[in-house]
Amino acid sequence: MSAIEISGLSKDYQIGFWRKHPWRALDGLSLRVEQGEVFGFLGHNGAGKTTTLKILTGLIFPTAGSATILGSPLGQPETFRHLGYLPENPYFYDYLTAQELLDYFAWFFPLTPAERTQRRDTVLEQVGLAGFRNLPLRKFSKGMLQRLGIAQAVLHGPEIVLLDEPMSGLDPMGRREVRDLIVQMKAEGKTVFFSTHILSDAEALCDRIAVLNRGKLVGVGRISDLLKAQAGFEAVVECSSPEVLSRIHSLATKPPLALGGQYRLEIAEQNVRQLLALCERDGLKLVSLNPLRFSLEDYFAELSHTIDTRGPASS
Amino acid sequence: MNSSPTLAVALNTFREAVRDRILYNLVAFAVILIASAVLFGEISIGIQKIILINLGLSSISIFGLLIAIFLGIGLVYKEVDKRSLYALLSKPIRRSQFIVGKFLGLNLTLLVNTLFMTAGLWGTLYYLTRQFEHQDRFIWIAIYFILLQLCLVTAVCLFFSCFSTPALSAIFTFLLYVIGTLSSDIRAFGELTKNVSVKAFTTFLYYLLPNFGNFNIEAWVSHGRSVSGSLILLNTLYTLCYGGVLLTASVVIFSRKDLK
Repeated sequence: MSAIEISGLSKDYQIGFWRKHPWRALDGLSLRVEQGEVFGFLGHNGAGKTTTLKILTGLIFPTAGSATILGSPLGQPETFRHLGYLPENPYFYDYLTAQELLDYFAWFFPLTPAERTQRRDTVLEQVGLAGFRNLPLRKFSKGMLQRLGIAQAVLHGPEIVLLDEPMSGLDPMGRREVRDLIVQMKAEGKTVFFSTHILSDAEALCDRIAVLNRGKLVGVGRISDLLKAQAGFEAVVECSSPEVLSRIHSLATKPPLALGGQYRLEIAEQNVRQLLALCERDGLKLVSLNPLRFSLEDYFAELSHTIDTRGPASS
Repeated sequence: MNSSPTLAVALNTFREAVRDRILYNLVAFAVILIASAVLFGEISIGIQKIILINLGLSSISIFGLLIAIFLGIGLVYKEVDKRSLYALLSKPIRRSQFIVGKFLGLNLTLLVNTLFMTAGLWGTLYYLTRQFEHQDRFIWIAIYFILLQLCLVTAVCLFFSCFSTPALSAIFTFLLYVIGTLSSDIRAFGELTKNVSVKAFTTFLYYLLPNFGNFNIEAWVSHGRSVSGSLILLNTLYTLCYGGVLLTASVVIFSRKDLK
C-alpha cells in the first residue's frame, strides 16, 4: 500500500469579479509516494504545490480526480491520525503559549493525558523550543513559528508528514535542524512529503522528487536517475586560434564561458573524443576535463526553460 | 458526533475571548452603568427600583449584544483569514464540529459575562432596597430570555462569518437585529394595509426574520409582573429551532468552502 496515491487530480479556481472564469491551478496530477520515502515536491510559485497539499489535507476540494492516504480516501477525519501537516507560513493563535497550543492540538488525538504531556515535551525539545514553552506566540519570530509548526505536525507521531516549505523563514542553523529532523523521521520509517524552493535541501534529503510547472507534473523520479540523464563533461581549455575556437563552439552544449584566456565549456560525452583530437591535432591546450554532475538546480532550470519555450500549459 | 473535538474548540474559543481586553472593558462599563442606575433613581422618587431593573436588564442586553457581535463576526472569518485553521483542520476534526464548537464557545463566553453583569444588577438592587421581593425572581427569566436572544445573535453572526467579512457581518447582524426587534410592527403594518401583496410580503418577513421582540420583557419584569410558562417554553423552542436552522446552514456553507 502506498503512503499517498494521487490519481488525475485537478483543481480549478473561479477568478474574475463580474465575469468569472475557471483558472486551472492543478492539471491531472497523478503521483504515488511510497511508505518510508522522503519525497520532494518542486516547482515555481503558483506551480500547484500548495494546492496539492491543501487537497490532501482536505482544506480545498478537487475539481476532478482522487487521492488516498494509506489507502483511505480524503476527507475522513480518521485519516488525519496518521498524517501531520505544516502549512506554508504557519500562523497560530497568538493568545496561546507554545505549550498551550500543543496541548490544544493533542486533544484531537486518542492520547492519554500523560501521553499528551510526554509527546508535547518531546517535540518541543526536538524543535528547540523547550525554553520558550510559556512564551505567548505573539512574541514568536517567524523562524520560531515555523519550528512550532513542525512540532504540531509531528506531535502525534504520524506515519506521513506533509511539509509545505518547511525551510521558509529559517536561519541556517534552523534549516539544518529541520533537515536533521527530516532525516530522523526517515530513520523512524516515516514518509515525508515536502514542497520546497530550496533545491539544495531537496537534493540533500529526497529519495525522489516531482517537478510541477503550471499545475502539470513535468518530471518525477529518483534524483540520481534524473541527474544521470543530464550528465556530461566540463572542460577548461586555452585557445588563441579563432578557427579552433569556432570548432570548440560547435562541440559545446552551451556557449563557452571566457575566463581570461581560458574557456570553460560543457560538452556531451560523445564529443569528448573530438575535443581530445582538437588538442592533439590543433594544439588546443586542455587545462582540465571533469565529469559534469548537474545539480538539481540545473535540472530544474533546464526543465522549466524547455516547458516555457514549448508554450504555456493549457487550462 | 464525537464531542471531544467540539469541546476542545469550544473551550479554546472561550479562552480566546477571556484573553481579549476589550471584553473586560465592555463588561466593566456595563457593570458601572448598572450601578449608576442608583443615581438615576435618585431623581425619580418612588420608581427607583423600576428604573434600576429596567436600566440594568437593558444594559445587560445591549452589552451582551455588542460582545456577541464583536466576537461573533470574526469567529470563522478570522481563522480563515489568518490561516490558523489550516493546522487545526488537518487534525481529526470535522468541519461541523469546528462550527458547533465555535458556537458553543462564544455562548459560554456570553453566559459567563451575563452572569457577571447579573451579579452587578443584583448587588445594586440589594444596595438600593436592602431586601429581595418575591417578584424579583422574574429578573432571572428576563436574564434567561437575554441569553436566548444572544444565542440567536451568535448563530446569525456565525452564519454571516462563514462567507462574509467581519465588517459586513457586523452590519448584516445589526440590521437583522433591529429589523427582528421590530418584526411584530412590520407584520402589524401589513395587516393595516389593504394591499394583499404588501400584507403577504410583511407576513413572509415576519416568519423569515428572527423575532427578537418576543424576548424583550425588561419593562414587564421591572414592574414586578409575572411571566407565563408558555412564553418561556415558546421562546426556548423558537431559539432551538431558529438557531438550529442557522447553525445547520453555517455547517453546510462551511463544509463546502475552499480554504484558499
